[in-house]
Amino acid sequence: MAAVDTHNDAHTDDAAHAGHPSELVYIKVALGLALATGVEVLLSYHKVGGEHGTVALLLILAVVKFATVVMYFMHLKFDHPYFRRLFAIGIVLAVGCYCVYLSTLHVFHRPPLPH
Amino acid sequence: MSAVTEETPDTIAHGPDPHAHDGHPPTNTGVSNAKIAMWGFLGSECLLFGALISTYLLYRGRSVVGPFPKDVYDIPFTSVSSFVLLMSSLTMVLALSSIQRRDERRLRVWLLATALLGATFIAGQIYEFTSFVHKGLTIHTNLFGSSFFVMTGFHGVHVTLGIVMLITLWGMSMRGQLPPENAEVVEIVGLYWHFVDIVWIVIFTIVYLIK
Amino acid sequence: MATVLEPTTADAPVVTAPKPVPVLRRPTNTSGFWGWITTVDHKRIGILYGVTAFIFFLFGGVEALLIRLQLARPNGTFLSAHLYNQLFTMHGTTMIFLVVMPISAAFFNYLAPIMIGARDVAFPRLNAFSYWTFLVGGIFINSSWLLGGAPDGGWFGYAPNTSVTFSPGHNIDFWIFGLQILGIASTVGALNLIVTILNLRAPGMELFRMSVFTWMTLVSSFLILFAMPIITIALFLLMFDRQFGASFFDPARGGDPVLWQHLFWLFGHPEVYILILPAMGIVSEVIPVFARKPLFGYRVMVFSGIAIGFMGWGVWVHHMFAVGLGPWAVSAFSVSTMFIAVPTGVKIFNWLATCWRGSIKFATPMLFSLGFIAMFTIGGLSGVTHAVSPHDRQQTDTYYIVAHFHYVLFGGALFGIMAGIYYWWPKIFGYMLNDRIGKWHFWLWFIGFNLTFGPFHLLGLEGMPRRIYTYDKGLGLDFWNMVSTIGAFVIAASVLVFLSNVARSYRHRTPAPADPWDGRTLEWTIPSPTPAYNFAELPVVHELDDFWHRKYGEDAEGRMVKLAPPVTEGSLNLHREGVHLPSPSYFPALASLGLPIMAYGMIYRTYAVVAFGAIFLIGSLYAWGLEPSSAPQDDAHDDHVNAIAPSGEAAAITAGDAPATEASIEGEQP
Repeated sequence: MAAVDTHNDAHTDDAAHAGHPSELVYIKVALGLALATGVEVLLSYHKVGGEHGTVALLLILAVVKFATVVMYFMHLKFDHPYFRRLFAIGIVLAVGCYCVYLSTLHVFHRPPLPH
Repeated sequence: MSAVTEETPDTIAHGPDPHAHDGHPPTNTGVSNAKIAMWGFLGSECLLFGALISTYLLYRGRSVVGPFPKDVYDIPFTSVSSFVLLMSSLTMVLALSSIQRRDERRLRVWLLATALLGATFIAGQIYEFTSFVHKGLTIHTNLFGSSFFVMTGFHGVHVTLGIVMLITLWGMSMRGQLPPENAEVVEIVGLYWHFVDIVWIVIFTIVYLIK
Repeated sequence: MATVLEPTTADAPVVTAPKPVPVLRRPTNTSGFWGWITTVDHKRIGILYGVTAFIFFLFGGVEALLIRLQLARPNGTFLSAHLYNQLFTMHGTTMIFLVVMPISAAFFNYLAPIMIGARDVAFPRLNAFSYWTFLVGGIFINSSWLLGGAPDGGWFGYAPNTSVTFSPGHNIDFWIFGLQILGIASTVGALNLIVTILNLRAPGMELFRMSVFTWMTLVSSFLILFAMPIITIALFLLMFDRQFGASFFDPARGGDPVLWQHLFWLFGHPEVYILILPAMGIVSEVIPVFARKPLFGYRVMVFSGIAIGFMGWGVWVHHMFAVGLGPWAVSAFSVSTMFIAVPTGVKIFNWLATCWRGSIKFATPMLFSLGFIAMFTIGGLSGVTHAVSPHDRQQTDTYYIVAHFHYVLFGGALFGIMAGIYYWWPKIFGYMLNDRIGKWHFWLWFIGFNLTFGPFHLLGLEGMPRRIYTYDKGLGLDFWNMVSTIGAFVIAASVLVFLSNVARSYRHRTPAPADPWDGRTLEWTIPSPTPAYNFAELPVVHELDDFWHRKYGEDAEGRMVKLAPPVTEGSLNLHREGVHLPSPSYFPALASLGLPIMAYGMIYRTYAVVAFGAIFLIGSLYAWGLEPSSAPQDDAHDDHVNAIAPSGEAAAITAGDAPATEASIEGEQP
């Protein structure tokens, strides 16, 4: 069987498996996630930096947790770039399109309602 | 729709491939078909859940009659069930790590643990739904009820499908049909499971925590 | 990047998992009725898609003729208003979801794997599942005709018009569940093609050596993958409104009808490009062959296709200019809509530049392609006129819009599809279609098309609204409506000419050569019709239009010269036995049956039936999962590789060209 390919994509997968973090890393990541969740719950009771500051902090924490799970538990940080692109297209289209449609309906800056 | 795509690890490409079993099929990218398919599917799912979450956001505060979110939410309870789901991601990744180390016994332990944590989350959701109904909130009470139940219910169905897949993997392993060479199947089911978890991370913040 | 790779662990132990107990005996017969039911061959699935979609095309065509009969004269009484609503709804739904999308899928399935030098798609059984799901979805939605009336809310199904209050019957429910089923079929199929094109290319087939058609397959598949979930959710919300009393689209309870419009058009606009990009891919293959010149600006062509794919996500609000979203939204989307004309215009000029100073052969496929360019340009230009939002206010919901989208969907997509049918027919069925009758078909089709839809521009500007079942005398609409109806029957006649061409060409068939058009892409290197395994040896690709460059070179002055005919599998009529192919399976077809069972159960509120359908579906999926994708060697009728060629030339091909491909042919493993 002849070896034709000079291209080293073939080894990415090996490298990825070799590069999977150790169980200790997973446990540390999970501890971090648990901590972040705790902070989130606290924030929902004790506002920091006013209404807007709290919302901003909560969103940042959610994004950080989201990214951590994707990067470490789903190995996107260590895996083939195709996966990153496929997933990124989905995220970007979703966030982009839905935010635009919500803003055309004035969801982000609407007058306060009675209740 | 479509729990269909994830359960089909037929990576047959150009005729039979004796190497397909060890996760190194000779493909252009060097990664397996099934894994690309799963990531593509997850990208597609982003738009699915995005539509539900944005619908919830659109209708936030627009319900004409109560009960309103502040009347029914039990933040401590939901925080605990969110935490349970988050930790199931840890056990899932430990299951994958076990099979990659060819430790099939620990694989089964972690698979069951993950399924159990997932089931706990679903049990919590059922309890939550029932308590909301007792407080007078159903799908046809108001916009909050409609958008809340459809969104979280849709997520719950995804978790349930994930549990079915996990238990299937566990059963396969018990019958010796999940040798370490097939670790990629666990990885792919894991991707789905983690995705369901990250969707909940977003829902938890946007729906429950942000007032 | 990317050639076929040497597996990195060639000497790893081959694992033999315990043999699962089969639920049904593995089908082995690949001929006859059951052969078609259980096939997982991408070519047969492509043919099934094409034939089924063509039958639905006849359905949709008859619906259109009935509509035109009703509108031929003022105060028509041929149809009732209610039947008229059903007909225009089903005409739109059929032509979009049951005709143009699946015919495109037919071309994708048949051609994309061959054009990239693969033997099948990445997931052959999933591919079969896509087809069967499409079929049951199409039958399901049409079964409404017999079960109390077809959907009648327009193909866009605007809520709350489609809510129970205004549509109490089951009509809309059939539409909802039918589209859900079809959505599953499209999504699964698209995912399969994406993986195939990314992962299964032949050695040397880099992304920028792929044909433009393959590129457009990839882009449309991505659009399907990301657009379908949006309509899935929109339909789910509507289903919850209708079946379970939710309030998403109920203004009385605070629901916002504009939500439906946003979700529908967020899907609907990418959908427009899902319909047109495949046709653009087809004509990009046909024009260079019949102009005998390379495609002008290949890379620009590919990039403008990708650009259309991306920009298609940023223009949906132009369907909603009349809603009242405010000046900011309308201006922004007006501009973005005009921008998307840029990559489209680039494509048109590139096709024209490809023809420029070519030695054009006006064979039928070329006629349809040139017709495509002209008609699509008209449709594109009227599209730009409604990007101008003040102008759009005037045109919204008039026949001017109907004219526009028929010029892009019929004048564009269907002309391109017809070009493709004539062009690839010899490769698919092994005989040529008669070119003289083909030209009759083209001219009747072309004239009929313009007679039917040209007048719509005038009718629309005169103020004739869409979706009305009749109009009064003396509004100045009589004449052009009559012309349009006559045109519709001319189109119908041209379809009959096409069918007679198929029949006559089959009766007097002469076997088609492997490369009847002097083609440029890989499918012309293999025999016609394509053998089950596609390539006896997987090809090795060195450049774009590789096959052309094997046939033609340049002399010292840079003039094109014909080289000695290359030795190809097609020229040798090489046949090979023993290529191990994925085995047929019952389960894709069985699994897809679960979906309409669930849908009927939902419509008639018999949840036991829903549960039965779900169990049926899941059971089939389990059985499918337990079945290996290809039967083990002993029960497949497959011997060692055995090239039956006119002498030992097959060996020459192997040795010369394809050293890497042995890895994938059974029997040549070390």
